[in-house]
Amino acid sequence: MGELRLMKGNEAIAEAAIRAGCDGYFGYPITPQSEVMEYLMAEKPFERTGMVVLQAESETASINMVYGGAGTGKMVMTSSSSPGISLMQEGISYMAGAELPGLIVNVVRGGPGLGTIQPSQADYFQAVKGGGHGDYHMLVLAPASVQEMCDHVKLGFDLAFKYRTPVMILSDGAIGQMMEKVVLFDQIPRRTDEQIIEQCPWASNGRPASRDHHIITSLDLDPAGQERVNLKLQAKYKTMEENETRYEEINCEDAEYIFVAFGLAARICQKATDLARAKGIKVGLFRPITLFPFPAQEVAFIGNRVKGILVVEMNAGQMIEDVKLSVGCRVKIEHYGRFGGIIPSPDEVVRALEKQIIGG
Amino acid sequence: MAKIKGDIVINTERCKGCEVCIAACPFTVIAMSKDVNSKGYHFAMKVNDECTGCTNCAVVCPDGVITVYRAKVTTE
Amino acid sequence: MEEQFEKIEIRKPENIVYKKTDLLVDRPLSYCPGCGHGTVHRMLMEVLEEMNIYEKTIGVSPVGCSVLAYDFLNIDMIGAAHGRAPAVATAVKRLWPDHFVFTYQGDGDLAAIGTAETIHACNRGENFTIIFINNGIYGMTGGQMAPTTLPGMRSSTSPYGRDVPTMGHPLKITELVAQLPGVHFVTRQAVHTPGNVRKTKKALRKAFELQKENKGVAFVEVVSNCNSGWKMTPVQANKWMEEHMFPFYPLGDIKVDGKLVEKKEMVDKE
Repeated sequence: MGELRLMKGNEAIAEAAIRAGCDGYFGYPITPQSEVMEYLMAEKPFERTGMVVLQAESETASINMVYGGAGTGKMVMTSSSSPGISLMQEGISYMAGAELPGLIVNVVRGGPGLGTIQPSQADYFQAVKGGGHGDYHMLVLAPASVQEMCDHVKLGFDLAFKYRTPVMILSDGAIGQMMEKVVLFDQIPRRTDEQIIEQCPWASNGRPASRDHHIITSLDLDPAGQERVNLKLQAKYKTMEENETRYEEINCEDAEYIFVAFGLAARICQKATDLARAKGIKVGLFRPITLFPFPAQEVAFIGNRVKGILVVEMNAGQMIEDVKLSVGCRVKIEHYGRFGGIIPSPDEVVRALEKQIIGG
Repeated sequence: MAKIKGDIVINTERCKGCEVCIAACPFTVIAMSKDVNSKGYHFAMKVNDECTGCTNCAVVCPDGVITVYRAKVTTE
Repeated sequence: MEEQFEKIEIRKPENIVYKKTDLLVDRPLSYCPGCGHGTVHRMLMEVLEEMNIYEKTIGVSPVGCSVLAYDFLNIDMIGAAHGRAPAVATAVKRLWPDHFVFTYQGDGDLAAIGTAETIHACNRGENFTIIFINNGIYGMTGGQMAPTTLPGMRSSTSPYGRDVPTMGHPLKITELVAQLPGVHFVTRQAVHTPGNVRKTKKALRKAFELQKENKGVAFVEVVSNCNSGWKMTPVQANKWMEEHMFPFYPLGDIKVDGKLVEKKEMVDKE
């Protein structure tokens, strides 16, 4: 049993990074996630574990520092919020192309543009469908609690190295800012340089006389070579789809209707489920935890058993596209969303279910 | 009598015919060939026996195609 | 054919006084004939070989003509996005502080799209070496105007010459970074003559030696030609470089031991 603490979601990210044995954090301040770097700087992980923490000159520099650190096999991360994540798309695309492991935390705020500093889920498309240029995906985790903010850091690093891929934690301003109790896992020692060299036989960290030089790049000027790179990436995404989909079902066994929601919206739907059931409406909640790979088969299985699906998101309707692609057309699927930093209340979600699905 | 003697070997297949070595040679040892290599470049070639092995040509060659030899030889 | 001049055979391994270092991969360079990149590559690798530090060196290559530098330098390399090499190198050096780290960048990469990364890495005093190849043009993309293109100089995007009132001034980024307290050593060299090549090698050696002392950035600019972009033969280009580039970008040390070098030539003579 780990240590129990009351923490902000952003602080949990930072503490979990130290405990996961992270080698380096590179970031740039932006609301509502600045506590990540503030916590790290105050906590001095460079003394606790030897972890490097650096405030960069921009999000562009931050993600390229992550690219550099990852290219040497180190366990590195950054965090930001929506406008900053937009700036990072270049580096994320390069990481995907060069097959580099790394963790990117997006504590989402409302957009487009400078938008608002309030919570939102409007970056679903950007996170799940690519965001940057080229055919690629990140593995995307969607925490719904401070506990998951902590746990997903360790899980994210594990998956990043397992698949040599950038991993994103897609959170939001509310989960980043709210305080909850969290059970922290015990400190995992940082890997030694020798362990890194052994575990990352692809990394560029100094060529001994005994081997050829390593090159970290996302460039292949030969079309056949670049096609091979793309095929390799697609095969990797397929393997992720087969092995790494994560989801949660609540009250789905006897459900006639289901909510499909991720992150903060799923927590609201959980309360809405209770309210609806008190009124006699048999509704359940399906919560994707990995947004890529999307639990398509699982949502299709359950979706085709029910009379209707309400997809609740704090955006104008983004994940609903994946739900519709998964479930097909036989079931009524509607979207309910609030934007701009407005968090829907459980009552209004129940009303939306009654109006759009049951009565509609 | 001992004398410093130099020699160069040019990897003519790798030479791109930029001619930078020609100006670098203090003894006009190098000139361009009328022939071309498989890439179509006129290549540098040694045209006399004046080389002292000073390495200027090799040092300035962008493609590093020149190997330089130097030895003390005795002549009667 | 060459043999006819050779009376005494001295072509023996023990008589070799200069050959291409094995730290360059044995393959043809992708650069144009006469391009300075190959020479700088070779000097860089000679320095790593002579210091015997290649096993502990990580290089960061740019986007531009030298995007493929990693194919030629037989050491571990990371190819950075355009302009981001100083950010990449910052992380690499901080995470591997006992390693030697360098960036190799052109003028478009370092002085246009990567200006912020360059200035801030320099200002933080990162302990790596920046090798800056300045040929006043975007070579790889076909000879467009660069931040360092001279006033009046023609390029494919300034076909009538760089018009300063509308296109702005050339950026002397080397003099700019020399002002920053995090920068310990700044020099400007060339590789078009044997003497200049030897000086460049000396400067590179000094830059890598400084990494052992953790004194901050060592910044080595090499003013180079781009005969393809300038539309000249290599020999003409080198002459043009002496006549036009060197007056604007004068060669020599700019900052040594953390102190600016006082020089008359440094005064702008535009």
